[in-house]
Amino acid sequence: MHALTLIVILPLVGFLINGLAGNKLGQKAVAVIGCGLPLVSFAITVSMFMLLMQTGEARIETVYTWATFGKTSFEIALYFDRLSAVMTLIVTGIGSLIHIYSIGYMKEDASFARFFAYLNLFLFFMLLLVLGRSLLVMFVGWEGVGLASYLLIGFWFEDPVNAKAGKKAFITNRVGDAGFLLGMFLLYNALGTLDLDRINAAFLAGPVAVSASLVGVFLFIGATGKSAQIPLHVWLPDAMAGPTPVSALIHAATMVTAGVYMIARLNGLYLHAPEASTLVAWVGAATAFFAATVAIVQTDIKKVLAYSTVSQLGFMFVALGVGAYGVAVFHLLTHAFFKACLFLGAGSVIHALSGEQDIRKMGGLAKRIPVTFWTFAIATGAIAGLPPLSGFFSKDEILWFALASERGGSVTLMVVMAVTALMTAFYMFRLLWLTFMGASRMDHEVEHHVHESPFSMTGVLMVLAALAAVGGFIPIPHFLEPIAPLPKTLESMHAYHVPLVGLAIAMGVVGLIAAAFVYRGDLALPKRLRERFSGLHALLSGKYFIDELYENMIQRPLHWISEKVFLDFGDRRLFDGTLNGMASMANASGGVLARVQTGSLHLYVLLVLIGSFLALVWSWAHG
Amino acid sequence: MDKAQLLLSLAVAMFAIGMVGVIIRRNVLVMLMCMELMLNGVNLSLVTFAHQSGTTVGAVLVFLIFVVATAEIAIAIPIVLMLVKRKHTLDPHAYTDLKG
Repeated sequence: MHALTLIVILPLVGFLINGLAGNKLGQKAVAVIGCGLPLVSFAITVSMFMLLMQTGEARIETVYTWATFGKTSFEIALYFDRLSAVMTLIVTGIGSLIHIYSIGYMKEDASFARFFAYLNLFLFFMLLLVLGRSLLVMFVGWEGVGLASYLLIGFWFEDPVNAKAGKKAFITNRVGDAGFLLGMFLLYNALGTLDLDRINAAFLAGPVAVSASLVGVFLFIGATGKSAQIPLHVWLPDAMAGPTPVSALIHAATMVTAGVYMIARLNGLYLHAPEASTLVAWVGAATAFFAATVAIVQTDIKKVLAYSTVSQLGFMFVALGVGAYGVAVFHLLTHAFFKACLFLGAGSVIHALSGEQDIRKMGGLAKRIPVTFWTFAIATGAIAGLPPLSGFFSKDEILWFALASERGGSVTLMVVMAVTALMTAFYMFRLLWLTFMGASRMDHEVEHHVHESPFSMTGVLMVLAALAAVGGFIPIPHFLEPIAPLPKTLESMHAYHVPLVGLAIAMGVVGLIAAAFVYRGDLALPKRLRERFSGLHALLSGKYFIDELYENMIQRPLHWISEKVFLDFGDRRLFDGTLNGMASMANASGGVLARVQTGSLHLYVLLVLIGSFLALVWSWAHG
Repeated sequence: MDKAQLLLSLAVAMFAIGMVGVIIRRNVLVMLMCMELMLNGVNLSLVTFAHQSGTTVGAVLVFLIFVVATAEIAIAIPIVLMLVKRKHTLDPHAYTDLKG
């Protein structure tokens, strides 16, 4: 029985049906196919998960032998162990929920079938990425989700801004992919295999012919592209141009966590790559910190959530960097719950306000759309780390390992993460306050139309809010212990374990109180703060001007080189110049010869005579 | 001087007279006639050689040249007539604007 193959193939079938015949089927059939097949995938995943629990053995399914070179061959094989089981459950489970939500959200859209086709295509590639046994299959999925992401960011491509955002995401990811490929080449060169389990086993068994840190850094470059870490984080905020369910599914819950999954998957390699791990931890910490600072001043509801996603991914990379792979996956899981809930809640708000995304023009929505408000509030509490919601557990674990792990934990790292956690709580409650609390700042026309979303949307929100609330009780790090053991902790830090929990709670509560204090009433205080720190505000709302920096450092020089060197010099002068030169040479010599053509028959005959005479002489001389 | 040599000398003379005529005469009709003279000089040499070597190839070629020359003249004369009608002269120098 090919259960794993079925899990992967079903969404592809959905893509083919909806993509080829979607417009003829009608909305209902499209919705049934688009949501039904992922749900079946989810059901099979659950049953496979049960089986895995009973037998405890990883399941390998070879679908197809791709290519054979001498003794080695590349197979499309699927690998189902505890880690990929967790990921597959997240992808199919949350994925199905978001599909169902999309029925309500996209109802009015003319390209309903296209949307579901793309979503299913995304699921197919994501499942391939997660279940692939070899790095090569993972890479196919990796590129495929990039394609799906591109298609969905630019879903409303009539607006050039959206198309541009899709392009930006695609191109930025290519930079990371170069690193991923280099890492793959090195691994294959040294080990002769790309199977993830074999790579881990090879590194755990003893010394290998390649530096683990070098490979680790290359693969991490790939991860920074896909998971939006510094310096390749610039695409994710722009990716919010896509429909909101896409932001929830691809740019919060699943695709952007692919980098985290990849590193967790290759923990055997990273355990032997201390330098790469340190880099991972600090890039993660820097990303978490800077993204959080930017999120504080954003005014677009989805941009706040986008920067928060970048920041939370930074948390996961910190956990990976200090060797707590299970904890990273734990945060990945809880983040999938609460961030999907937040994005879908934001979608519900946008839906209610007929497309308005600016939180300065919201306020007082709590009573108007109560279900959205309550689910959003629970998810906000979860991301801020208020106990006993899910985010508290995973974030607390990350802080603990950032402090105490023997594999690179330090006080500095913990302090950075704690401050980031504080900022997280602050900007999330700011978002909650500006959107739902206080007096309404909506346009009169918009306010008149405010309505709660249909049940297909609110129902999903409630499920996700429930998961965000209790998801922290799923003991993922313990569950993954057989695959990715947690790092040893420093003896000297054990005394701080309990106070750290207190600190984590304090950060959440302080953030909540601070946001409630600053954004209460008529918003006079934030305005004063903004004027008092106008320079800082400009820096933050300009996102540290990284986009401008890249434009000046990379885009402009590239443009200049293309324009001046390749186009002006290379194409116009060298290439066209050579051809034009040859043509004008022929032209000039033709001009000389054309003088002979006088029209005088006598001259012609004379020339023929001379010519035949010379020909005769020549043939006689060479006879 | 045997017969063949005589005939070949005649052929060369015909060709040379024709050639000089084409080059120096200022009358299109005369030039055409001189061209025929050249052709016939060649024909004569062909026949002579064919006779000398005892093959028929040269003689066959001569008949081919007769046909082609006839056709050529049949086209050339009307062209000359048209030109004369337009330019009222037989001097080819008046036709130099035909070079395009």
